[in-house]
Amino acid sequence: MDEKTQKLMENDCKVYVDVTEDRTKDGQILPRSFVWEDGRRYEIDRVVEVRRAASLRAGGIGMRYKVMIQGRERFMWLEDSNGGGKWFVERIGG
Amino acid sequence: MARTILHADLDTCYASIEMLYHPKLRGHPVAVGGSVEERHGIILARNYEARPFGVRVGQALWQARQLCPDLIIVPPSYDKYILFSKLFRGILSDYSPLVEPFGLDESWVDVTQSLGGRTGGEIADEIRERVKFELGVTVSVGVSFNKIFSKLGSDMHKPNGTTVITQENFRETVWRLPAADLLGVGRSTQKKLLQWGVKTIGDIARLGAEQLQQRMGKWGLYLYTYAAGLDSSPVREFGNEAVVKSVGNSTTCPRDLENEQDAHIVLLNLAESVAERMRELGFMAKTVVISLRLNDLTWFERQLGLERPTFLAPELTRAAMILLRENYRWEKPLRSIGIRGTNLVPMNSAVQTTLFENEEQRMKAEKIEYTLDEIRRRYGHHAVNRGLLLLDGKLGLLDAKADHTIHPVGYA
Repeated sequence: MDEKTQKLMENDCKVYVDVTEDRTKDGQILPRSFVWEDGRRYEIDRVVEVRRAASLRAGGIGMRYKVMIQGRERFMWLEDSNGGGKWFVERIGG
Repeated sequence: MARTILHADLDTCYASIEMLYHPKLRGHPVAVGGSVEERHGIILARNYEARPFGVRVGQALWQARQLCPDLIIVPPSYDKYILFSKLFRGILSDYSPLVEPFGLDESWVDVTQSLGGRTGGEIADEIRERVKFELGVTVSVGVSFNKIFSKLGSDMHKPNGTTVITQENFRETVWRLPAADLLGVGRSTQKKLLQWGVKTIGDIARLGAEQLQQRMGKWGLYLYTYAAGLDSSPVREFGNEAVVKSVGNSTTCPRDLENEQDAHIVLLNLAESVAERMRELGFMAKTVVISLRLNDLTWFERQLGLERPTFLAPELTRAAMILLRENYRWEKPLRSIGIRGTNLVPMNSAVQTTLFENEEQRMKAEKIEYTLDEIRRRYGHHAVNRGLLLLDGKLGLLDAKADHTIHPVGYA
């Protein structure tokens, strides 16, 4: 692959994060907090909605969690992939 | 009662998926190319930005680059395409249990019994919205009263369009299309038709059943049925394992098989077609069966359980050769030979990987086979062949799949 192609294949809008999650007895997965790139941990106050959706900004598909963090609405994705199960969030303004 | 059949076709599927995952590619002319590093690679898909330059699926990479110097060519990621294919079928199956895939990126859905007060067009629109929202790519849907017309419809308003073809409007819509657009009209049929002045699908219908049958035999009658909107073939339920219990192929060879090498050539050839059909259907086999008919016409079968399920031709062949060596001493030549995969499991089901197998190597092997499928789908079976098959021209050049599949492949 040439340099130009390699550059265009880079994706800096998609940030994989470490997540602490709860799993309910019904098998539901609920994220509780995650660690951003700078090392700061963000608590998730509430999961508002869970549905399957694509992220056009970050480039990926999976279960999209609409969550409340410090009073603000944010999305995070539990990614569908054959490896499976990684969490990512979109970098805003990336 | 008139049926309502949708044909849903993901728009420039591979290219769209690559653009979804790599946002910076959007807006550039992009193509997915097989074996980008090699001189022999071809274009497997291209996006709409690449189209005005004349970049087409099937072109050699160098050719495409000549037409569009700024073309970005990315390697295929089949694992993603398979994942999308599975999720896409999942969405479709929310609307009817009757979903019949045609390759990774197209499916028919018969919603006649599950309309629930809605029209086919309304369901098609909902499917388009859902695919866009959930999968981040677009799909075009044709809606009609038979499979042939719905497939034509899905091609008429791309990308992201719904096209409804009714009993009332098909003469104004479908009949204007070139004859070559009709499922089953290949290059040679098209040539023949042109000689008779038949240019459009409407021309085929107007020529009439009798004329077509006289000139082309049974196949002519099929063409008439398709063109006139009389096709009644059902949308076959997919994923019901009871329906497909085994995938197999056998052949009576152009000459009797005398030794192991002869058998190897034919088995590999057959295994290729079996493996390709398995991948098309989305199954892997846990057991391989060979059937042997001797030149005195006595006959027997032997089977072998595999360490792990497979849809790879070399693995099927390896198992078949083990069976052959263990069970046949070549006292007599073989008149015909067959191979089949049974004990099928869906290819998406979790696979217990064997402890000592190199997983990376296997993934590579799978990718190679998918690339082979793609090349053959576009260029015909002999566009690419295993070297072994060249050892004997007669034995090696059977097109096992076409010879044993009712035309059109995977449809009739």
